[in-house]
Amino acid sequence: MNVLTQLASGLSAGKIRVIDLTQTLSPEFPGISLPPEMGQAWPFRIEEVSRYDERGPAWYWNNFSCGEHTGTHFDAPVHWISGKDLPQNATDSIPPERFIGPAHVLDCSKESAKDADFLLTKTHILDWEKKHGRISAKSWVLMRTDWSKRRDPVEYQNYDEEGQHTPGPDVDAVKFLVAERDILGFGTESIGTDAGQAYHLRPPYPCHYYMHGAGRYGLQCLTNLDQLPPTGAVVFAAPLKIRNGSGSPLRVLALVEDK
Amino acid sequence: MSEPIRAKRKNPVLRTRLPTLPPAARSRAALGLTAAAALGRFELQQCRDCGAVQYPPREACQKCLSILLDWKPQPEGGELLAQTVLHHSNDLFFRERLPWRLGLVRLDCGPIVVAHLHESATQRVRVRAALDRAGQAVIAALPDKEGSDMADDRQLREFTCDPKQRKVLVSDGKTALGQALVKEMASAKAELIWVGYAEPWKKFAGFDELAQIPQVTLVPLDVTDSKNVRELAAEIAGKVDIVVNNAEHHRTAGISARQGVETARAEMDVNYFGLLRLAQEFGPAMRSRGADGRASAVAWVNVLSIYALANFPPHGTFSASKAAAHSLAQCLRAEMRPAGVRVVNVFPGPIDDEWSQLLPPPKVAPAALARAVVSALRDGVEDVYPGDVAQEWLARWRDNPKALERELSA
Repeated sequence: MNVLTQLASGLSAGKIRVIDLTQTLSPEFPGISLPPEMGQAWPFRIEEVSRYDERGPAWYWNNFSCGEHTGTHFDAPVHWISGKDLPQNATDSIPPERFIGPAHVLDCSKESAKDADFLLTKTHILDWEKKHGRISAKSWVLMRTDWSKRRDPVEYQNYDEEGQHTPGPDVDAVKFLVAERDILGFGTESIGTDAGQAYHLRPPYPCHYYMHGAGRYGLQCLTNLDQLPPTGAVVFAAPLKIRNGSGSPLRVLALVEDK
Repeated sequence: MSEPIRAKRKNPVLRTRLPTLPPAARSRAALGLTAAAALGRFELQQCRDCGAVQYPPREACQKCLSILLDWKPQPEGGELLAQTVLHHSNDLFFRERLPWRLGLVRLDCGPIVVAHLHESATQRVRVRAALDRAGQAVIAALPDKEGSDMADDRQLREFTCDPKQRKVLVSDGKTALGQALVKEMASAKAELIWVGYAEPWKKFAGFDELAQIPQVTLVPLDVTDSKNVRELAAEIAGKVDIVVNNAEHHRTAGISARQGVETARAEMDVNYFGLLRLAQEFGPAMRSRGADGRASAVAWVNVLSIYALANFPPHGTFSASKAAAHSLAQCLRAEMRPAGVRVVNVFPGPIDDEWSQLLPPPKVAPAALARAVVSALRDGVEDVYPGDVAQEWLARWRDNPKALERELSA
């Protein structure tokens, strides 16, 4: 048996499970908030075209609208100014083999529960590697915070007078993952790959700045990361093929093999 | 003095009767009275040649037959000459509201008119042109003393939309105006006030204060989300007596001052499609409750803008969205009228808020605008132009819309 037939039989035998890492697209799911004078991304909206009625007797369908960065979504390098001139930097030009890769899941759920502004550091990563092995090149690093379990949008967004408070990586962690581990991209459960207060880091939004500046990708608003092993899962994350798109909502699936 | 109106709930197992309207047919000349009453003004025709004041409205002067008749504001004083009480009527609307008190009033400006009589009106009266449930002007006579109000009177309450003991939805409680509206409705003794707020994760200043008002229930409402509007309507539309749609998106740009269409589209989505969504979901239930006892569905208020009349180029796309909303509000008015639900359009000048920061005063204070909305409901007015800027623009627009267009583009 070759690898693909093994995969297919593993799937049909239930030995390999498919974990959906995607939040459901709905108007209630929170979106990115920017200062009101700036341009705004469309939230997810849906309007019925017909539902077996006078508008279309035998069929049901909807029109939906949303920004490229809505719900569980993919960030392409062209999203950030640091990645704007790179080759193969948009949703249509990224080589498709990059959309499938192994995943390393760093469990930061305890730290994030204690501190909403928790920043993942290089030290945390090195400690994780001592237990689970070195992070491999061309792999996704997923930061598990259990943030997706905050079903109330108010708690999920976690705003106060000083803005949003959600966990993310610090500057050195991002630089380390790019330069010394050569990862494919970084994924989070919260609304951004950067922390809620990352505007105050130097540079602001380091995960966007360095990941995209090095041609790497982002995944955010992921869920079910608690169902993945620290290492060994394979993630499928193919954005819509939007011409020169900066990102797109997508279905993120992980394959997990039961021991 | 009238008895205070008690909120007695309707027995919910009794049928809700269908709304009826008072006689609505008017000649084109008679619509002049309606046009003035819609603005809260009492105007009668006056002959340009001999000065005689006319009533009822007509094509030629009853004294000298001149056809040069102009609608002019008239003094409101008058003398009650005779009164009667109707105990029978073949008209469906009055038949359900008997007994009904009517009087003959000699106006200080000359004509003798038939007026609906406030129960305390005797001898000296002041008259008002009021819009009735059919949206047409009728003359009401009130006691000639301060403090007497159409809302105090069983008969004249039929002409007004007083929030007292009614259930109100304010579509956006996040803005200063929204909060002022809620407070004004609360002090006007509204029974219940639902207050919408979009994007619940962005807690807004004033939230806690609103939540403490006993009549208030805060409800997530984003008028750009059809599903949200539909679900809220399913929950409360059958109870709402007055909708105040103040949800607004306002950014400052003309055509060339901002790239792209996203801001303009957002303005359209809230200001125009938001009204359409609310009207589609709340309109049918309100129409079915146009005659639901003393606290029936009565009014729909749209906070538009004076820029709806003529484009103000520095706020060009916002003006366009408000013009679209104004046009749709006219459609809504036509569709709500058969149920006797009045659509009140409010056209403020610049409001003293974030998005008119760079405009010089005078600007309408949110609290003043809220008071104007409640007064309009109490007085039975249909079009409201609160504030100095709105009043001035209205006068210029009525005089010569083309001239105003040129002046605004200077």
